[in-house]
Amino acid sequence: MSHAIAMPASAPVKLPPRPGYWGMVALRLRRDPVTILFSLLLLAIILSAVFAPLLSPFDPVRESILLRLKPFGFRGHWLGTDELGRDILARILFGGRVTLVMGVVPVVIATIVGGGLGILAGYAGGWVATLIMRVMDVFYAFPSVLLAVAISGAMGGGMLNGMIALSLVFIPALCRVAETATTQVRNLDFVEAARATGAGHMMIIRHHLLGNVLAPVLVYTSSLVSVSILLGSGLSFLGLGVRPPIPEWGLMLSTLRQSIYVQPWVCAVPGAAIFLTSMCFNLVSDGLRSAMDVRLK
Amino acid sequence: MTPLAELENLNVRFGRGTDATHAVRGVSLHVMPGEVVCLLGESGSGKSVSMRALMRLLPPQTAISGGVRVEGQDVTRMGGKALRNLRGGQAAMVFQEPMTALDPVYTIGQQIGESVQRHMAVSRSAARARALEVLELVRVPDAARRLDAYPHQLSGGLRQRVVIAMALACRPKLLLADEPTTALDATVQIQILVLLRALQRELGMGMVIVTHDLGVAAEVADRVAVMYAGQIVEQGSVRDVLNAPQHPYTRGLLASVVRQGGTEIQAIPGAPPDLRRPPPGCAFAPRCPWAIEPCQAAIPEERPVGPGRMARCIRVGQQMAA
Amino acid sequence: MSTALDLRDDRGGPAQPMLIAANLRKHFPIAGGGAVRAVDGVSFSVAKGETLGVVGESGCGKSTLARLLLHLIVPDAGELVFDGEAVGDPGGIDLKDLRRQAQMVFQDSASSLNPRMPVRDSVAFGPLVLGRSRRQAAAEADETLRRVGLDPVQFGPRYPHELSGGQKQRVNIARALALQPRLVILDEAVSALDKSVEAQVLNLLATLKRQLGLTYVFISHDLAVVQHVSDRVLVMYLGCVAESGPAADVFASPLHPYTRALLASRLSMDPDQRVEQAPIGGDPPSPANPPSGCRFRTRCPHAEEVCASRVPVPPDWIGHQAACHMLHPGSGHSEAPA
Repeated sequence: MSHAIAMPASAPVKLPPRPGYWGMVALRLRRDPVTILFSLLLLAIILSAVFAPLLSPFDPVRESILLRLKPFGFRGHWLGTDELGRDILARILFGGRVTLVMGVVPVVIATIVGGGLGILAGYAGGWVATLIMRVMDVFYAFPSVLLAVAISGAMGGGMLNGMIALSLVFIPALCRVAETATTQVRNLDFVEAARATGAGHMMIIRHHLLGNVLAPVLVYTSSLVSVSILLGSGLSFLGLGVRPPIPEWGLMLSTLRQSIYVQPWVCAVPGAAIFLTSMCFNLVSDGLRSAMDVRLK
Repeated sequence: MTPLAELENLNVRFGRGTDATHAVRGVSLHVMPGEVVCLLGESGSGKSVSMRALMRLLPPQTAISGGVRVEGQDVTRMGGKALRNLRGGQAAMVFQEPMTALDPVYTIGQQIGESVQRHMAVSRSAARARALEVLELVRVPDAARRLDAYPHQLSGGLRQRVVIAMALACRPKLLLADEPTTALDATVQIQILVLLRALQRELGMGMVIVTHDLGVAAEVADRVAVMYAGQIVEQGSVRDVLNAPQHPYTRGLLASVVRQGGTEIQAIPGAPPDLRRPPPGCAFAPRCPWAIEPCQAAIPEERPVGPGRMARCIRVGQQMAA
Repeated sequence: MSTALDLRDDRGGPAQPMLIAANLRKHFPIAGGGAVRAVDGVSFSVAKGETLGVVGESGCGKSTLARLLLHLIVPDAGELVFDGEAVGDPGGIDLKDLRRQAQMVFQDSASSLNPRMPVRDSVAFGPLVLGRSRRQAAAEADETLRRVGLDPVQFGPRYPHELSGGQKQRVNIARALALQPRLVILDEAVSALDKSVEAQVLNLLATLKRQLGLTYVFISHDLAVVQHVSDRVLVMYLGCVAESGPAADVFASPLHPYTRALLASRLSMDPDQRVEQAPIGGDPPSPANPPSGCRFRTRCPHAEEVCASRVPVPPDWIGHQAACHMLHPGSGHSEAPA
């Protein structure tokens, strides 16, 4: 019999045309109609916010005493007008910019800072990890809404301070996710093998850890965006976020609150927008999580 | 005499569409009462799946066709109640990993007792007595004290004895064992195999053992069925199959296991086929040193080679150079 | 990639053992007091170009030993000498150098390869660490993949989950070889593979050893495999060496009762020669609370008082030796020679 070292060319080792990791992710996403649908919806929401000046039929801050609280479709105001006569649709479109920014930016900051601290804690272990994680625990002990309100209030409100507050609220959560993921990966055989080649810490983190830790972190991050949108809107609702007359969905909810018996459907619009956007982020992140998991067949 | 357990042209498919794996392709096997049959094969050969079909212990997304009978009853058509009576009552299974087969939050006595109460409808104290009886049967030292122990307090070998005890508690006629000693150390493995053999003889059970280890087959089996790529390629008494193998795969397997220290091992080149696209002919042909053209054309029939002996090869019986 | 032993590296010369271990010890403390005495005073040497087989059951410390040899775990006590230079000493060989010359092949498991890295990148990581450019590292990776029988064009871009067990293990071997080591430690490298695949991989390992002039430390629980590959054998039990010597001697005439029991536990492969009774009872005890004196005494048919009070230690570990009071003159055991 032959030496049987090499795999014979004729042997049935014809592996199917391999898509690679991202190819596999794309394939899975393609078979997931729910995720596709909501991804498209999310894209529509984002694009409409980006192109607000082009899409908006009216000026979002122009008031009109005569046209207050008009119903859907009144003289070209597709979604009606608010209590100061401003076009709701215009305010939704422009408000989307603010809301989305307040949703995404704190999460991005928290991912970088919290994720970085978490990876450091998970990789280093020992007193470094204890120090970092215990500090995080202090923040984590506060309910997120309370903490956001407290920080934002102490800093005086406003959009920038609102975003800082939200970032500080999310950092501990992301730190924890990153630390857990890093600790799990750090003990796996292939990391030990990398250490056995004499690689330095930065090389191991860059080549082996990041790829495996980033996936669970990113999935958590995308689900956090919807929370951030809700919290941001909540802050504005309480008067601690964006100040009028800047349109923002949470702020719109707050000011339209008293008018709910006059034009209930009109007043529900900003709430519906918040709900829809949050749900889109949630569902898309769920779909991403399933698609990115290597272990699922 | 009616067989205790029977598989007739069993076909099992997992998954759907293009990803469907044809794990078992036309397996026919029978086990007589009191007989030990070994399903021998490597990973992906379909041996575990075939055995689990006897108790219908397969995942829900599975397409089964063919006859599966235990004590004459059709397992594939059994209703919920009959199936629950079968599992643990008429037939019982011993798994590979003793730690995961036992529930960590209940004591040994509670776990065995639960099975006894379920199948034999007796009181709790009677169940506990039976649990003690069966622990002593599997030679667990200090059995009375062990009844109240938790699984994590026992060593690997003891845990596997407990798993066997649990399987025997309701006096099954058929014992199924899926790689029962693979996870155990060498000195413990031999103890468990000797025990299984002794118990099988004492209690007159029929047994089906799935393993990839020829040594295990040699130690406990009466008959051996060698599986490759979802089919049985050779069947016969253990002496016949191990001493005078007829199928090229069995020969290759035996040659690759026997060591002569220092000389090169006769390894079988290549790898088993992908069962998502099963080959039209003999699955072993690409790796077979005796393959000829007609081998790849159609799946070889089961050819009798002697009384109770079979090999799935069209060149069986022809003079083949050793 | 050189095919012959690079003599510039051979600082010690052919007579110098590749590796000497003296009284290696590693205890892992358990929360609440006590410690798992994973490796407790292990000594041996490995000559250049030979294969040392290390065999033992669960809890014997062989995996910990493997990691101690590469300094992936730092020993509590004992010395390690690689080609004449002390490891871990300021004057001896430094860790980066050791890691380049000694490599490990792990057991094929779900986590032995980075699931998000294509095979080529996993193998190229080693040369990258050594300072090669990306392109050079990729070229060396391809060369190594070819050497282990995998076509780099077909397998290089694949991910681990697309490969079979045997293929993954070849990748593991390639990953170790990419650094061009002189010593390779194989920790249960074939244990998770099917028998026919195991045969292929063992043949591959033998060929590579010949072609590249490697020295192997082969750790396994499988006696047949160890007998096949080893020149010399180390039998471990509960963190200590029970017996060591040339493979042929140890397998033909074992000295230690544990080795005898281990050899007698082998399955016969012959249905007419079945083992009627298990050679020893019980399980290997836990290394967290080993028996006093000789650790095997709880399962040994020849255990006596002296076995509980004193740890048996042979005068040296040269040639064929075993740690058993029955063999040492004047030990106090009834069977000891005068």
